[in-house]
Amino acid sequence: MSGPSDYQPSNPALQWIERRLPIFGLIHSSFVAYPTPRNLNYWWTFGAILSFMLGMQILTGVILAMHYTPHADLAFKSVELIVRDVNYGWLLRNMHAVGASMFFVAVYVHMFRGLYYGSYKEPREVLWILGVIIYLLMMATGFMGYVLPWGQMSFWGATVITNLFSAIPYVGESIVTLLWGGYSVGNPTLNRFFSLHYLLPFLIAGVVVLHVWALHVAGQNNPDGVEPKTEKDTVPFTPHATIKDMFGVTCFMLLYAWFIFYMPNYLGDADNYIPANPGVTPPHIVPEWYYLPFYAILRSIPNKLAGVIAMFGAIIILCFLPWLDSARTKSSKYRPLAKQFFWIFVAVCILLGYLGAQPPEGIYVVAGRVLTFCYFAYFLIVLPLLARIEKPRPVPNSISDAVLAKTGSRSTPMVSTAIMLALAGSLFAGSIDSAKASEGGDQPPSIKWSFSGPFGKFDRGALQRGLKVYKEVCASCHGLSYVAFRNLAEPGGPGYSVAQASAFASEYKVKDGPNDAGDMFERAGRPADYFPSPFPNEQAARAANGGAAPPDLSLITKARSYKRGFPWFIVDFFTQYQEQGPDYVAAVLQGFEDKAPEGVTLPEGSYYNKYFPGHAIKMPKPLSDGQVSYDDGSPTTVAQYAKDVTTFLMWTAEPHMEARKRLGFQVFVFLIIFAILMYFTKKKVWADSH
Amino acid sequence: MTTASSADHPTRRDFLFVATGAAAAVGGAAALWPFISQMNPDASTIAAGAPIEVDLSPIAEGQDIKVFWRGKPIYISHRTKKQIDEARAVNVASLPDPQSDEARVKSGHEQWLVVIGICTHLGCIPIAHEGSYDGFFCPCHGSQYDSSGRIRQGPAPANLPVPPYQFVSDTKIQIG
Repeated sequence: MSGPSDYQPSNPALQWIERRLPIFGLIHSSFVAYPTPRNLNYWWTFGAILSFMLGMQILTGVILAMHYTPHADLAFKSVELIVRDVNYGWLLRNMHAVGASMFFVAVYVHMFRGLYYGSYKEPREVLWILGVIIYLLMMATGFMGYVLPWGQMSFWGATVITNLFSAIPYVGESIVTLLWGGYSVGNPTLNRFFSLHYLLPFLIAGVVVLHVWALHVAGQNNPDGVEPKTEKDTVPFTPHATIKDMFGVTCFMLLYAWFIFYMPNYLGDADNYIPANPGVTPPHIVPEWYYLPFYAILRSIPNKLAGVIAMFGAIIILCFLPWLDSARTKSSKYRPLAKQFFWIFVAVCILLGYLGAQPPEGIYVVAGRVLTFCYFAYFLIVLPLLARIEKPRPVPNSISDAVLAKTGSRSTPMVSTAIMLALAGSLFAGSIDSAKASEGGDQPPSIKWSFSGPFGKFDRGALQRGLKVYKEVCASCHGLSYVAFRNLAEPGGPGYSVAQASAFASEYKVKDGPNDAGDMFERAGRPADYFPSPFPNEQAARAANGGAAPPDLSLITKARSYKRGFPWFIVDFFTQYQEQGPDYVAAVLQGFEDKAPEGVTLPEGSYYNKYFPGHAIKMPKPLSDGQVSYDDGSPTTVAQYAKDVTTFLMWTAEPHMEARKRLGFQVFVFLIIFAILMYFTKKKVWADSH
Repeated sequence: MTTASSADHPTRRDFLFVATGAAAAVGGAAALWPFISQMNPDASTIAAGAPIEVDLSPIAEGQDIKVFWRGKPIYISHRTKKQIDEARAVNVASLPDPQSDEARVKSGHEQWLVVIGICTHLGCIPIAHEGSYDGFFCPCHGSQYDSSGRIRQGPAPANLPVPPYQFVSDTKIQIG
């Protein structure tokens, strides 16, 4: 993209095309011959990583759209059907949902890298501003994508974010109505968000083309911040940068795959496995981790309009960065003060992210205000001031000088950056969980589950016993509406044969119809039928149960969680602990006490439960010793029942868990071997250049 | 890739490049599979395609009904004596898609013709009891089928296919 090329393909057919459309010359000059500074470090591979992530998001997104239904009544179910029934649907959905987070991880690294090395300075201002536009588009896209599964967090996230616009004086309310297409967030909102969520990634791709174009006009910045002067300062893009970028992408894929196959729900919110309910707001509304610092800024300002302005201002201010920081030295490597303030700024952002996930009360509010001030002070006070008072260290004459000087003394800031960023990621991620403090419930004990860990498998006996407990006890009030009888015979499940599943199904009466006479009729269940719900509708369920509808149990072990807190959420990332849901469900089943402790009064029709948030649960103690008979000799105790039925409900929540972990292991073996090969290939390619 | 090494002397570098390239190719091909496989019918669609039972007792002689199985219309015709005789009188060798009527119905149940009602030309649904052969007529491009569902005239290349079915009793069949 940098001027006409004298490249001529050797193949006559390609020459014929080239004379009419010089596309091969464009590719050659942009991605083959393009001179790239030879001193780039691995932080520069995040551009390629971002391109990869954009490609993955568009590819998986287009595929998910083939199976998704953008309707308020069907969206949640269609997502579940993707995960349960579509071939590799669970994989594609995990790739897309986790991919959004990975996209933001990469963009934050990319932005902080630009900040540290002064990549926004003359002549790269437009390049930087295009980057800020991409970031804004990403935020809009990510937000609308999060709305599509139509869970509780989707719905209430949409409500809160669209309400931001109501802060605009005079026209705010009209704008919000316009965004909603109704009097509240509803089906029209979901439909337009789906349409825009499909559109925006292509706009991003368009701006990325401009971004790359601007990059190829100005040339890449580099860790020393001196422009290339001679040919000795650069290496050709292919193979040097190509192979290095591919190695970077491969390493990033290891992190990506870790989440896809082992912790797909770590970055999400359990509440989003509850279908959207316009009548109940979850106790703690928390955005996705990548918005948390801005959410913290929003909440720190006690005035509605000012808060919204501050939040958007925190992003828009980035556009003015090239003029706020007028220091001539680009790289913080040669700016002793700027370097320190950079790290303070990184810490401020991480802490703001942490605060964004905390309840807005007490010390958190004060800390939020202080850090919001620090955030803006960095741009408006520190950087302009440093440009005037800081005395930078001398920069090398050229890139090759810098490379020669470097051999011997490895720069250490990169190591600390890596640690900071790893910490940042886990802090952000975990703070979501910490925000979901269960109010006053005891911490459920951690049970040793057969399905935990990277090689976890369901205990078939427990699944079969759990099914029996469900059928004989739970099913009288709780539905299991996403589970079909055929699932009982699928691999990774309770291990029944097709004939056994059919026989099991035929014990149920299923409503079908209308028949030729127009009447509904009952017939015996078939494998394709789903477990019938005990109540015809939610109102009936409510009426029969003292006003509290018993929740459907299909997803209950993924829809419930409890606060893990610092530092557990960081440990959990490495140990792959993700059994908060099962631990909680098993604990609630065993947490009933006949009498409430002294001084606790329970509302009429409630029962005391140690682990239920608030302790007053509408469900009476469901299990007692000896209630369900087991024919395999397992103890018929409440503890055993609870463990078995929770195992069964973990399987109903994620029937393909075993396939997920199995494929994950294969992918990891491949990726590790490939990363090693790529590493040595990269070394060989670069051997001549050092 | 660099071309520094010559073909006569394969070096360790060449081996490394080939191994890395091969791993990338294998990994890329394997990664492609889920993206293709997801297009196939999902588990709920397959489960919904299970066999169905149809009660034949309400269908009078000379009448036919249309039922749906796997999203396809299935014609079940209670043929008259005349229709059966016509279908059996034809010289099979003269047909575009030679097949005897005996091979298209279940023996002992000759009066019942069960065919997938999708024209073998381009997928339209032929109309029963129309056309010159006492069978089906496709309004899209004029294909005509006889009382055994065999193609007799028009652009369609093959007979109406017979779905897999069996008689579970004299008046009940299971399709699929």
